[in-house]
Amino acid sequence: MYSILRTLWLTFLHLFHKSETVEYPEVKPYLAPRYRGRIVLTRDSDMNERCVACNLCAAACPTDCISLQAAEGPDGRRYPEFFRINFSRCIFCGLCEEACPTYAIQLVPDFEMGEYDRQNLVYEKENLLISGQGKYPDYNFYKQAGVDMGVKKKGEGENEEKPVDTKTLLP
Amino acid sequence: MAKIKIDGKQFEVEAGKNLLDTCLELGFDIPHFCFHPALGSVGSCRLCAVKKYKDEEDSRGRIVMSCMEPVTDGLIISTHDEEEKTFRAEVVESLMTNHPHDCPVCDEGGECHLQDMTVMTGHNYRQFDFKKRTYQNQELGPFIKHEMNRCIQCYRCVRFYKDYAGGKDLNVFASNNRVYFGRFEDGTLENEFSGNLTEVCPTGVFTDKTAHKHFTRKWDLSNTPSVCTHCSLGCNTLAGERYGTLRRIRNRYHGDINGYFLCDRGRFGYEFVGSDNRIKEIWKQNGNREVVSSESLSEVLSGAFQEGHNMVGIGSPRASLEANYSLLSLVGTDHFYHGVSAHEYELTKMALDFMQNSGIQIPTLKQMETADVVLILGEDLVNTAPRMALAVRQAARHSMNKDAGAKKIPEWTELAVRDNQPVLSTQIYVATPKKDSLDDVIKQPFRGGYSEIAALASSVAALLDKNAPAADSEHKKLASDIAKALQNAENPLIISGVTCGDKEVLQSACNVAQALLNNDKKVMLGMIFPESNSTGLSLFPGKPLADLFASSEKKPVDTLVVLENDLYRRAETGQVNDFLLKCKQVIVLDQLQNETTVKADVVLPAAVFSESEGTLVNNEGRAQRFYKAIPDGENGQARESWLWLNELKEIKENGFEGWSSLDDVFQSMLNELPAFAALKGKFPDEGFRMLGRKIPRESFRYSGRTSIHARESVSESYPPEDFDSPFAFSMEGQQEDPPSSLITSYWSPGWNSVQATNKYLDKPNGDLKGGNPGIRIFPTAAKSKTSYFKLNGSKSNKGTGEWQLFPVYQIFGSEELSAAASSLSERIKEPFLLLHPDDARDAGIDESTAVQVEIKNEKLTLRVNFENSLPRKVAGVSLQLPGMPFVALPGSGKITKM
Repeated sequence: MYSILRTLWLTFLHLFHKSETVEYPEVKPYLAPRYRGRIVLTRDSDMNERCVACNLCAAACPTDCISLQAAEGPDGRRYPEFFRINFSRCIFCGLCEEACPTYAIQLVPDFEMGEYDRQNLVYEKENLLISGQGKYPDYNFYKQAGVDMGVKKKGEGENEEKPVDTKTLLP
Repeated sequence: MAKIKIDGKQFEVEAGKNLLDTCLELGFDIPHFCFHPALGSVGSCRLCAVKKYKDEEDSRGRIVMSCMEPVTDGLIISTHDEEEKTFRAEVVESLMTNHPHDCPVCDEGGECHLQDMTVMTGHNYRQFDFKKRTYQNQELGPFIKHEMNRCIQCYRCVRFYKDYAGGKDLNVFASNNRVYFGRFEDGTLENEFSGNLTEVCPTGVFTDKTAHKHFTRKWDLSNTPSVCTHCSLGCNTLAGERYGTLRRIRNRYHGDINGYFLCDRGRFGYEFVGSDNRIKEIWKQNGNREVVSSESLSEVLSGAFQEGHNMVGIGSPRASLEANYSLLSLVGTDHFYHGVSAHEYELTKMALDFMQNSGIQIPTLKQMETADVVLILGEDLVNTAPRMALAVRQAARHSMNKDAGAKKIPEWTELAVRDNQPVLSTQIYVATPKKDSLDDVIKQPFRGGYSEIAALASSVAALLDKNAPAADSEHKKLASDIAKALQNAENPLIISGVTCGDKEVLQSACNVAQALLNNDKKVMLGMIFPESNSTGLSLFPGKPLADLFASSEKKPVDTLVVLENDLYRRAETGQVNDFLLKCKQVIVLDQLQNETTVKADVVLPAAVFSESEGTLVNNEGRAQRFYKAIPDGENGQARESWLWLNELKEIKENGFEGWSSLDDVFQSMLNELPAFAALKGKFPDEGFRMLGRKIPRESFRYSGRTSIHARESVSESYPPEDFDSPFAFSMEGQQEDPPSSLITSYWSPGWNSVQATNKYLDKPNGDLKGGNPGIRIFPTAAKSKTSYFKLNGSKSNKGTGEWQLFPVYQIFGSEELSAAASSLSERIKEPFLLLHPDDARDAGIDESTAVQVEIKNEKLTLRVNFENSLPRKVAGVSLQLPGMPFVALPGSGKITKM
């Protein structure tokens, strides 16, 4: 008996509490910057595509919903010829972002991707590529890598010595 | 045998080998870089450290390099002691201090030995905060990409390129911490085996430039076992597919044939499948070209197969047994012609007859490596059967090992063996008209025209056996040297071939072999044939092309079906023109456009090797299956040749039910042609299952399954079915331990790189577990049933003013299909004539000028190249290069200045 009355009383008290319901879509919920929502491809500080088509995201993807093909630009820079994510399969686990060695693929706080037609959930590169750096500004993979693919010359990277002179006899 | 103890477990192993080799054979995962089973040990990377204990009481032990440690009885080692684990991790850490942060853009990533070893030794995080060493790269030509920053100085590349393959233009430069592997200056790597650097290099310094154009990671490739179709040796390859196109060719280990290495033609020639010249539609040609749909094909061809028509089929030495058989069954045995010249037909039959009935040993390439005396007659190995040249080169190294062995130097200690005797003391005799790639390892080169070569060989035979037909050779000293060497040899090897085209040379080579056989000596005879299935085709009933040309004079051909064959490469242009004019309807099945397809009334697009399946017979009579890497329907209307011929047969015979799968064709071939009886039940058929499942082509890490076709339709469809093979176009199925002929990829836990190959072998550099694939078709006679060939004696051309002309083949360009590969095209030379500079001066001809060469009815304009090694009055004509018409060579001809 006591327990029933107590329950009624507590329920009654809730009338005076602040409501938790949010009037979505008029009111948007707060999503943290690291929320795992829609996937984007970002650019580096020079506004070049960050993706180097290494295929690690595709390999990490548990639903195998990423496919891409590597191609080479005139200066040797690697980029994806096509990059496709089938969002109707994506589970937004974020493993692709974790696997990405160049910060190219990022998950952003946007979940409003509902479609009536499932085919519309297939995103190509032009749908994925944004004109910004996303969460990790000022990172440029090619300045860290050893290769010369048009961004820096050999030996001009952030952690590189000048190229070796193979003809010298000095110790 | 020796009893050794590894990690407390007893093993009984072969004594005298090195410890690393033995541990790998036993299945232990010992990290290593510089050791390669085919290249031996040099102990330069210090990664294969293990701990060796003095006796059971010793608990401290000491660290030794397992690759430099001989296996002895009572050896006690551990592979997992803390101290040695730290040692190995630190070795990798020090190597990684200069290794760049490149993996995402490195083509080796995912199949990198350095990645594997880094993970295996447990060096997970980098602590090196200082600057990294950098190098400038070199431009190394159309096949190989160079990225020197990634080098870890293991020396494998120069050990393969210089020591194993005899290359001259790759070396190690500079000193100290600046050691550099490359050429003296930028330029194309000239050696014919340079492509193997991509597999030998444990990191991404040397990578495949052709695959880079359409790069795919190893785990994303759908791999299928294939057989190289670019020469008669039948090296095993792995064809990798992604998104419906062929991405790359890699070596597939075969203990008897190619081992770990392929030639560049085999590795890079695959690009012809994507050539602009590919035929992908059915064409009806009558002045103009019309594309025909598959449905209306029977309408187009309805007139061709009427009753009473004279129907003729021309087979091909580059088409599979099944395709040739389908043609034979369409036109009937009496109307089936081998698509080769009468000369080639005769020589091939003769060589095969000798191989089958003489009781001689037909060696595998592996056995050739053990020969102690080699006699090569007339064949330019590196250009006609490249991988065999590499095997013969190993015979030279083998003799070096033997000498070292006598001084108790183990043969796997690379450097010590070479230091012991830097000058090769091998007994390889090469008798060819021009300088040979093997010249640097041979005892004494012999340069002469084919008649002199035949005379030399005949006098060798006569010296070995008095009953052999003798010939007068001016080189008595050399002949007796060779005869003496062959007589004293334990494992003599004689190499000749149909490719050189000279009957006398071939016959005299057989006579030498016969003479040794008559002396009750064990002898090996290596034969080279012109194309990938020359041997198989010659086991078919049928006549050569010349017979067809002759009979068409009397009885015109109503319908001609040409299977994968460019007739203009087989007979003189005028002859083929006349013949084709006489044929009412010409139906040609081929992969690439050529002169014959231009003349055809109907062209059917045939599938290339990577899109089809069949059996090829190589030079030693070994039948091997290749399987399709690409599902049907990816290349327009292109279909497998047997399917087209099956359809033609359905059109021709209303009652014919057709074959439903390749197994049906194969079965009915076995029933009809007794020559192939040995193949009965030897190949796993379509019904083959492992634990109830097919063998998957895709790796279990294959990515993008739900996305690849999403653009066309987001609903996933069933994967394409394969009704002809034990493979599935899928990642589902039984991947572990497939039969040796059905290996689709080399992978083992912890071993993602090609070094995982060792896990599939009974021992490193040994045979595949379960036996090497392929079935020898013909049994060799137990007792010699052959006798000496009678030679007609050499025809001298002295005083006639005519030149002795011999064929010159090129590794790049002389083979029809690979010549269309885009990367090879940079290496293909223009048709040329080789002349001795003195001869040229006498005739008033300058280098690089054009001359007219008259051979029988053909007049050719060729550019002159000087060649010092040629004998006088002998000239070489480049054969079968793109743009060269057919000429009957060897022969005599006139050379006139223009």
